[in-house]
Amino acid sequence: MTRAKKMVDRIKELMHQPDRIRNMGIVAHIDHGKTTLSDNLLAGAGMISEELAGRQLYLDFDSQEQERGITINSASVSMVHEYKGEDYLINLIDTPGHVDFGGEVTRAMRAVDGVIVVVDAVEGIMPQTETVLRQALKENVKPVLFVNKVDRLIRELEVTPEEMQKRFVKVISDVNKFIKAVNPQKYEEWKLDVTNGSVAFGSALYNWAVSVPSMQETGVGFKEVYDYLKADNSKELAKKSPLFKVVLDMVIRHLPSPIEAQKRRISTIWRGDLESDVGKAMLNCDPKGPVALMITKIVTDPHAGEIAVGRLFSGTLKAGTELHILDKKAKNRAQTVGLFMGPRRVEVDEIPAGNIVAIVGLKDASAGSTCSTSEDMEPFESIKHYSEPVVTMAIEAKNPRDLPKLIEVLRKLAKEDPTLQVTLNEETGEHLISGMGELHLEVKVERIRRDFGLEVNTSPPIVVFRETVTTVSPSVEGKSPNKHNRFYIVVEPCPEEVIRRFKEGEIDMRMDKKERRRLLQEAGLPGEEAAGIQEYFEGNIFVDVTKGIQYLNETMELILEGFREAMQAGPVAREPVHGLKVKLVDCKLHEDAVHRGPAQVIPAVRSAIFAAMLQARPALLEPMQKVYITVPQEMMGAVTREIQGRRGQILEIESEGDAVTVIAKAPVKEMFGFAGAIRGATSGKAIWSVEFAGFEQVPQNLFEQFVMEVRQRKGLKLEIPKPEDFIG
Amino acid sequence: MKFIIIYLQNLTLKPSKKFFELVPNGITSMITFVGLGLRDSRDITLKGLEAVKKADRVYAEFYTSRLSAGIEELEKEFGRKIEVLERKDLEEESWKIVNEGAEKNVVILVPGDPMIATTHASIVIEAKKRGVKVGIIHNASIISAVAGITGLHIYRFGKTATVSYPYGDTVSRTPLDVIKQNLSINAHTLLLLDLNPEPMTIPEAVTILKRVDDGTLNHFAVGIARAGGDSFIVCDNFYRLKNYDFGEPLHSIVFLGKTLHITEYEFLREFASPPDNLAEIVE
Ligand SMILES: Nc1nc2c(ncn2[C@@H]2O[C@H](COP(=O)(O)OP(=O)(O)OP(=O)(O)O)[C@@H](O)[C@H]2O)c(=O)[nH]1
Ligand SMILES: C[S@@+](CC[C@H](N)C(=O)[O-])C[C@H]1O[C@@H](n2cnc3c(N)ncnc32)[C@H](O)[C@@H]1O
Ligand SMILES: [Mg+2]
Repeated sequence: MTRAKKMVDRIKELMHQPDRIRNMGIVAHIDHGKTTLSDNLLAGAGMISEELAGRQLYLDFDSQEQERGITINSASVSMVHEYKGEDYLINLIDTPGHVDFGGEVTRAMRAVDGVIVVVDAVEGIMPQTETVLRQALKENVKPVLFVNKVDRLIRELEVTPEEMQKRFVKVISDVNKFIKAVNPQKYEEWKLDVTNGSVAFGSALYNWAVSVPSMQETGVGFKEVYDYLKADNSKELAKKSPLFKVVLDMVIRHLPSPIEAQKRRISTIWRGDLESDVGKAMLNCDPKGPVALMITKIVTDPHAGEIAVGRLFSGTLKAGTELHILDKKAKNRAQTVGLFMGPRRVEVDEIPAGNIVAIVGLKDASAGSTCSTSEDMEPFESIKHYSEPVVTMAIEAKNPRDLPKLIEVLRKLAKEDPTLQVTLNEETGEHLISGMGELHLEVKVERIRRDFGLEVNTSPPIVVFRETVTTVSPSVEGKSPNKHNRFYIVVEPCPEEVIRRFKEGEIDMRMDKKERRRLLQEAGLPGEEAAGIQEYFEGNIFVDVTKGIQYLNETMELILEGFREAMQAGPVAREPVHGLKVKLVDCKLHEDAVHRGPAQVIPAVRSAIFAAMLQARPALLEPMQKVYITVPQEMMGAVTREIQGRRGQILEIESEGDAVTVIAKAPVKEMFGFAGAIRGATSGKAIWSVEFAGFEQVPQNLFEQFVMEVRQRKGLKLEIPKPEDFIG
Repeated sequence: MKFIIIYLQNLTLKPSKKFFELVPNGITSMITFVGLGLRDSRDITLKGLEAVKKADRVYAEFYTSRLSAGIEELEKEFGRKIEVLERKDLEEESWKIVNEGAEKNVVILVPGDPMIATTHASIVIEAKKRGVKVGIIHNASIISAVAGITGLHIYRFGKTATVSYPYGDTVSRTPLDVIKQNLSINAHTLLLLDLNPEPMTIPEAVTILKRVDDGTLNHFAVGIARAGGDSFIVCDNFYRLKNYDFGEPLHSIVFLGKTLHITEYEFLREFASPPDNLAEIVE
């Protein structure tokens, strides 16, 4: 305890020396050993006992994490490491590897400046390794590589020293190829190189590691490693070449300090004026500048309540600091400020720029909020989540009296986790939660039971479809209820590239008009439409191609409101709409604004869009998953049968030794219950993982059946509406 | 309001006698719009009252204007149960009323004149298309009372506009544009004030229009409260209207044309306590 106490004092000192700070994340495919590595780094730094590390998974302190044996929440923790006689403060974030919790990784990438990419030496680069590495690279976060579980190569696969080295080379070159593909500008600077020490090899579980610089210091090289392992003497190896020293030395040498990192990262994560006060303060990581803080996580603590965790890019936070929560236009006072040492939070008087901080009192902040002492600061770029919530469940309180409590709890959960989508339908009283996968929802529901003590009933999982169209509609007239306003609307499929550019932030409505027009034309929009773009909304665009209509500009916000409403729930099955281009080709407006208010314009536009969609050969899109299944050779038949029974399509079969990996694509709808089925079919021998693979059109022969399933569930009439139902 | 005037002209071009008749004997189903006038339960016309008494069903709507009387007062005075209609009953679901009018004698009570209300003309068209008879019993309207209460000549009014509550941050420029157009032909502008969710007051209207003013509004105007009842009117600079307490709504404003006729000036001087410099704009 006294040692930990001393540690706190060292941390408090180092917080003020940004050149001595490293903010880093640990990312990997599921089960590749992130938490084991993090624990052993903590133990090495003297934060927890060596006994506990690796066995108890100190950072998986949540009861569900312990039972399920996986990380669910990213956890941040601070520690001190001595390198060449100097102390360094390391703020580490351990992230989950399961795809369902990918949002945690995405958000953590905003808080850090570097990552250790962990790769299991036996499995090599896996789909989720690529996903998390891509997220790091897009955030301009620098990677180093730790090849883990080297003991398995020797003990389980019994490879020769040459084979071992060959595998290492393959992992490194795979990662390098990927960096080059995603971030070609940074490639020369960031490419991994064994000789400069940006790669380490080892075993997180057995607590040893080696790298080229460490070999020079300790004399323990690959040959020695091989011999120690063959002799089953990893204890000795861990003493000679300890994991924490090799890995943390690599971090300090190769990952940037906040001072270095902020110089080049700010322009990636913030679109404001770099010459402004706050811009300059962030570039320089200036503790005297205005506070610029991005919240990346909300933790609910039984005692302190909601704790906001985030990265402080400029200024100094003290208890009592008043902060504007920019997205909520609210003002909150920081009650206490501190940092995390595992599950324990340590309060401090003040924290300067460059650190990862924990604040109590920011009740309006949610994961993704920008907080600042300056009210007119440009907010940080929003954190983009690459997959979408595709699995949904209906949820209700067992005891109807608990409904208000349930709603409050759901609000809290949505605030903590932006990848969880909560839809409260006041009309039908049906409350839906949508998430990244079955496990994601299961964990949230269990959390409602355990952590909030609320008994709930849930429906089996369902998927949320997307409505779209496959051809061009005629021009459809939408009348306002008072008949004085008319909107003429055409809908058609929107070019994929246009949607992609908006979604990935390459185009937005705030950018220079001319530039936007050029980019849109390049993406396939005709010039007139590119010039008339008014809005991008959840995978759909609205363009105005009318000319010189009086008062259209003051009505546009209402028209867009009608557009958004229509896109949130389409005409066919009240499912969200995707991939639509809605074009306003003409309109007639009442001169007086009272006669073209919200109650008139919104329903007119919405019904016109609905009637148009129904005349443009509507279709449903369904979410797809890519599935990777590795099994012993003789079980391949069972796997392909299981996939084909689920409308799946086998894309590739790779074999290595006795193992085969089947890569397939299947609709998420059919993949429910796959975990149990594949376990049964392969007597538990299958190792498998999935990845979101976008939306695809539901086959025509299933269209009507699926529409009716949805309509039935929602209590809608069991027939597909006709255009006349909307524009009678 | 412009739309309605055109529509009434159309009617006179193609007169259909029965169309305007009171419920003729033997006819058992139609829709009759009955104007309630400007103030309370006793402004209805005798013909209107007769229609109410004969009706199978009596509705009223108060979203296009209001009276100082409540619904109970009207029910007591007319001796009939009255059902209040919402906007959506006469817009989105107007077919229900039209259907009912095909089978019963339905009366719809409307404050002021029943056809000086943007929506109701649509129902008349819809009913005509469906072959349902429609009757209209006119009454006093703010549109006519404004001349009486201010002494301004009715033929010197230009287009009418409504000052609406801003939507989000957007203040409509329409009233300003209409005032400018009217000024360009030296005409007065009647400004009606938004009713929903709450009737707008004159000071509120001044504050809202200030946000789009380009200097045009620095001129004389007349504020009018409760025409047809315990009315109150004041003439002053448009911006100074903000400083008066006009009391309960409903309120309207007349933005004066560039000049006044001498008799208009004399009337305002007697009844609207104008500032001395109003005399400068008398032609
Ligand atoms: N043989 C061997 N096993 C290891 C090593 N590192 C971790 N493991 C084991 O791999 C399993 C997963 O380890 P974790 O540290 O929980 O993996 P993780 O990457 O944090 O997993 P998620 O957070 O769920 O994605 C555990 O059973 C560990 O004991 C290693 O170096 N060698
Ligand atoms: C749609 S208009 C009136 C329609 C009504 N059918 C009529 O003919 O009088 C409603 C607006 O007129 C104005 N108004 C109506 N009655 C009024 C009165 N008695 N005094 C002042 N303004 C009045 C108010 O500005 C109100 O918001
Ligand atoms: Mg983990």
